[in-house]
Amino acid sequence: MPASPVAGFVRLEYRDVTMRFADRRGGILTAVRGVSFCIRDGEVVSLIGPSGCGKSTLLNIGSGLTAPSEGVAFVDGERVAGPNAQVAFMLQKDLLLPWRSVAENVMFGVEIQHVPLPERKRRAGDLLEKFNLAEFAGHYPHQLSGGMRQRVALARTLAVDPHVLLLDEPFSAVDAQTRIVLQRDLGRTLAESRKTALLITHDLLEAVTLSDRVLVMSRRPGAIVDEIVIDVPHRNDPIARRADPKVNEYVARLMDQLDIAHTALERETAGDGA
Amino acid sequence: MNSGARLSPLRKGAAASLALLVIFLAAWQWGPGLLGVPTFIVPPLSMVAREFVYAWQVDHLLLHTGVTIAEVLAGFILGSLLGALIGYLLGMSPAAELALSPYILALQIAPKVAFAPLFILWMGFTVYPKILVAILIVFFPVMVNVLTALRTIDPDLINLARSFKATRAQIFWKVEFPTSMPPMFAGLRIGATLAVVGVVVGELVGGNVGLGYLLTFGEGQADTPLVFVSIVMLTVVGGIAYLGVILIERRVLHYLPARRVGGDI
Repeated sequence: MPASPVAGFVRLEYRDVTMRFADRRGGILTAVRGVSFCIRDGEVVSLIGPSGCGKSTLLNIGSGLTAPSEGVAFVDGERVAGPNAQVAFMLQKDLLLPWRSVAENVMFGVEIQHVPLPERKRRAGDLLEKFNLAEFAGHYPHQLSGGMRQRVALARTLAVDPHVLLLDEPFSAVDAQTRIVLQRDLGRTLAESRKTALLITHDLLEAVTLSDRVLVMSRRPGAIVDEIVIDVPHRNDPIARRADPKVNEYVARLMDQLDIAHTALERETAGDGA
Repeated sequence: MNSGARLSPLRKGAAASLALLVIFLAAWQWGPGLLGVPTFIVPPLSMVAREFVYAWQVDHLLLHTGVTIAEVLAGFILGSLLGALIGYLLGMSPAAELALSPYILALQIAPKVAFAPLFILWMGFTVYPKILVAILIVFFPVMVNVLTALRTIDPDLINLARSFKATRAQIFWKVEFPTSMPPMFAGLRIGATLAVVGVVVGELVGGNVGLGYLLTFGEGQADTPLVFVSIVMLTVVGGIAYLGVILIERRVLHYLPARRVGGDI
């Protein structure tokens, strides 16, 4: 399993992406400015930065839900002009549909894409098996714990077999122990299925243990100010990586870069923007 | 989980309810006599029961009840369908909602029962004005609840469906419509009881059939027991309508945790 950037083709690319919004007083707010980066096939890249620096905006652009004001996003070399089947996203909220059973929730995306029923069932069954949820296939979301719900959401994301996963703080709403287990599941799954992923997180340790590279964004207007290659083995096993002393060095370096003490103070006054 | 511990307060509650009913019926039977209230003001229970049998045999109570039930059903079903339909249409078109909202608000503020005489002028002493009042009165809670449900839906849920390349129709049928079900049923519960009010007011205003008519007939004859019989039957009709909605709701919303009967009314 290669831990360093793979010399494959580019799966996801942002080229000079700038995003502006009209703010409430009729002014213009620049969320991100001139962001360019590529993610190669099978690579996992984390995006970290202060609140409101436009991380989620980049994710929405990548998934085709919003169009950038300037610049272009490419997936598999094709310009992103709207939602496409190669990209799937997962948020902090599990977004499970309460009237659907666990299996039906996993099948939500493939059902929309008109995958035939036997194939849908096969994929859902395989994924639930993989995430130790097989016995809960017939349960409803309210009967599951927060960690299980997030695993169902991850299974739903993988069920459409996307080339690229966009993950927006997927584990920030679960407790610390569950988060470690979910990170292990994600690390293993991404490695096994050789998926490409962009992970947005506030958790520096999560960024370092799960990724091949970490991109650091500045405060608004967000721009990429640094790129750190995580040169630690076992990207498929974040728990093993935690034990590696080099991981702590990377985390310390990221903390320096983000000027954590300063940011924490500022978060009190500035809201958590897009 | 702990059914033993939870069942006993439930049983206590049921027992207390039953005791209250017995006390109420006893007070009805003997209270007026003890307080010296004349029977033409408050007829005792036994007198009302005798009147019930008489009304059943002579005054066609079953026919009047049947007509009222049919009107309530027709008004409730048509009013709910119309309310849901308009709710979904307005929910999907913010422009239409903006344009229509002042008129909808005005119509909502206007007391719907006040239209009863007008409808009778238009349609005569038929069942239609009664049904129309019920439609009008049921329409609003259903429409408002559906509309609010669509307005407050989590945009990320819509984005999730969109990210899977869902069409507008798929977003509606797979996300918006099911999301609107619990609030819609809350509206239907309110509508079920209001439908009875609408129909009765229509019957009070004009006509010669239905429990509302029986009510005015009893009043005209100074037949207080008949008025009581009519009120009891109307309550039964409303109760059946409400329970019917609850039963359907339980089947449709079976996925929700621990539904409470009559929780939010």
